Amino acid sequence: MNNLFVYCEVEDGVVADVSLELLTKGRTLANELKCLLEAVVIGAGLKDIEKQVIPYGADVVHIIDDPRLAPYTTAPHASVLIKLFQEEKPQIALMGATPIGRDLGPRVSSALHSGLTADCTSLEIGDHEDKKAGKTYKNLLYQIRPAFGGNIIAWIINPDCRPQMATVREGVMRKLVINENYPSKVNHLEVAKYVSETDFAVQIIERHLEKRKINIKGASIVVSGGYGVGSKENFKLLYELADVLGAEVGASRAAVDAGYADHERQIGQTGITVRPKLYIACGISGQVQHRAGMEESAQIISINTDPDAPINSLADYVITGDISEIIPKMIKYYKQNTK
Amino acid sequence: MKGLKIIVLAKQVPDTRNVGKDAMKADGTVNRAVLPAIFNPEDLNALELALRVKDQIPGTSVTILTMGPGRAAEIIREGLYRGADGGILLTDRAFAGSDTLATSYALSQTIKEMGKFDLIIAGRQAIDGDTAQVGPQVAEKLGINQVTYVEEILQIEKGSIKARRRLDNGVETVKAPLPLLLTVNSSAPDCRSRNAKLLMKYKHARTVTERQDAAEDYLFLYDSRPFLNIQEMTVNEIQSVPDQLGLTGSPTKVKRIENVILQAKDAKRLTAADEGINDLMKELIDSHVIG
Repeated sequence: MNNLFVYCEVEDGVVADVSLELLTKGRTLANELKCLLEAVVIGAGLKDIEKQVIPYGADVVHIIDDPRLAPYTTAPHASVLIKLFQEEKPQIALMGATPIGRDLGPRVSSALHSGLTADCTSLEIGDHEDKKAGKTYKNLLYQIRPAFGGNIIAWIINPDCRPQMATVREGVMRKLVINENYPSKVNHLEVAKYVSETDFAVQIIERHLEKRKINIKGASIVVSGGYGVGSKENFKLLYELADVLGAEVGASRAAVDAGYADHERQIGQTGITVRPKLYIACGISGQVQHRAGMEESAQIISINTDPDAPINSLADYVITGDISEIIPKMIKYYKQNTK
Repeated sequence: MKGLKIIVLAKQVPDTRNVGKDAMKADGTVNRAVLPAIFNPEDLNALELALRVKDQIPGTSVTILTMGPGRAAEIIREGLYRGADGGILLTDRAFAGSDTLATSYALSQTIKEMGKFDLIIAGRQAIDGDTAQVGPQVAEKLGINQVTYVEEILQIEKGSIKARRRLDNGVETVKAPLPLLLTVNSSAPDCRSRNAKLLMKYKHARTVTERQDAAEDYLFLYDSRPFLNIQEMTVNEIQSVPDQLGLTGSPTKVKRIENVILQAKDAKRLTAADEGINDLMKELIDSHVIG
C-alpha cells in the first residue's frame, strides 16, 4: 500500500525508454520514501515483458495482457489504472509525458480527484508547512516545472490528494539498470475485473507509425536554430554545418512555431531533451523551456546578434554576430583543417 | 443529416510566446500586465474544425465556452466574427485559483446546464500552461469518450465520427461514437479569418457586465437584437459543490515560484572576425569535441 507506481508504455513488445527512465527515478524516490516501486504494464502479447522492467528496480510488476489492450486506446487503460489505484492507493504515480501519458494521466487524475502536474523537469521529496491551516506534511513529491512560457519555475505539490501524479518527458531523467536479477514479484491481473466491454467504444481503424528518422537525442553534436535564424531558407546553413560536423539539427519552439523547422526537431521542455558533447545555438534567445532541453550539454556555443541574449549566460563561447557570416567561416576552417 | 450541437472550449491566454524586452522588469522577471491577451492558438484550430462541420452539415450550431475574467468576452466576440453562433463566458471570483481539475469541474458543470450536445472540441493545450489536461478531464467528468490530438474530422455519420490523430511518431485514424470530446493539435488547419459581415453584425456583442459600462447609445440594441447578448454565467447558474471549486477544489498547490533570473557563466566572447572563429574551431578540433 501507498507505494510508488510507474505506468509503463509498450510498443511492439518493447517498453518505452521514458518508462525505464521513470522507473530509475522512481527507484531513487522509493528508497527515500522507504516504499516499494511498482510497475504497471498494460498491453497485448506481453510474455516475459517483466524482464525488461525488473532490472530497473521494480519490486512489483503488474501485468494485464489482452489482445484488445493494444494499440493503446484511452478508456481501457484508464479503467485499469483507476481501479488498480483505488485498490492499491499509491502515494505517487508517474507516467511519460508522451502522447499516451498526456492522454491517460488527466483522465485518471480526474476520476480519482488527484492532482497531476505535466512535463516536470525535476522530481524531489520534501516537506511542506501550511501555516494557514497549521499543518505540516512530510515527504511530499515536489513536482518542479517551468511555467508561464518558461519565465518562472514552479514547485507544485499535492498535499491532500493521492496519488500525487506527474508526467515527465522522454530524456529528462536518466535510465540506469541497477540489477539484472532484482528480486521482484510479478502480478498478473485478470482483464475482466478491470475493463468492461463499453471501454472499447473508440476503435482504431488505421495506424501509420514511422520510426523516428532523425536521432537528435543520440547525436554527440547538435546544431540548433531559433527564431533569430530568420527563415526556413537560412536554416539550410545549419544543415550544412551539421552535415560537415556529423551533427543533427535541432530547433527551438519559436523556430518550429514559425515554420522554420519540423516539430520533431524541437528541443526543450515540450520537445526533446539532449545532452550532446557540443551544442551550437544559432539565433536562440534561450527561454527557460528551451534551456531545460539542452542545459546539460557538455559545451555550448551561442551565436547571436544580441550580445545580451539570455542563452549566452549558459554558453562557454559567445559569438556576437550574424550566422550567415559566421557559419560559413566555421565550415571553411573545419574543411581545411581536418583529414 | 441533422445538425450537430457543438461546444468549443476556448481560453484567453497571455501571449507567452513573444516575451519581448519591454515585458522584462528591471529585476529580470516578466511583467505579465504588458503581455497581450490572445485567443489560445490551438483553440482557434478547434474552432476551425467545428466551423467545418457547420459548413458541411446544415443546422449545426457552434457555441464557444470560456472561463475567465470579464475581459475574456473578447475571445467570444472573436469567435463570433469567425462564424460561431454564440458564446458563454463563465466568470466568477469563486473560480479564481483553479488548477486544471477545478477548471474541468466548473466547465463540465456548465456544460451540463447547456443541454444536450453532440461534440465538444477543445485545443490540445493552452500556451500559458502547456498541460493538455483540461480536455481529457472534462471528458471524464461528463462520462464521455475523448479523442486527443485530432487534426482532421474525416466523416460524421450515424452517430459516430471518424477522425485523424497526429501523434509524435505518426498518424492514427479512429472511429468513435457521439457524444465525444476532441482535442485539436496545431497541425489542424488554421482558423479562417474574420468575416466582414459577421464583424459588422457582432461588433456590439456584449456581456451583461460589459453593457453596464457601455455607452448609452447602443443599449437600445440589445432588446431588438438578442444575438448581441453574450451569455454570462456565474457560480450561481451552475450546480456545484463549493469545495470542488477554485483554489479549494484544486488538488495541486503552488508551493514556491522562482522567477528565472539568469546568472552568467564566464564565457569566452568572440565576434564574427576570422581570427576568433578560427581559434575556436582549432580549440574544438584539438580537444576532439569535433572532428
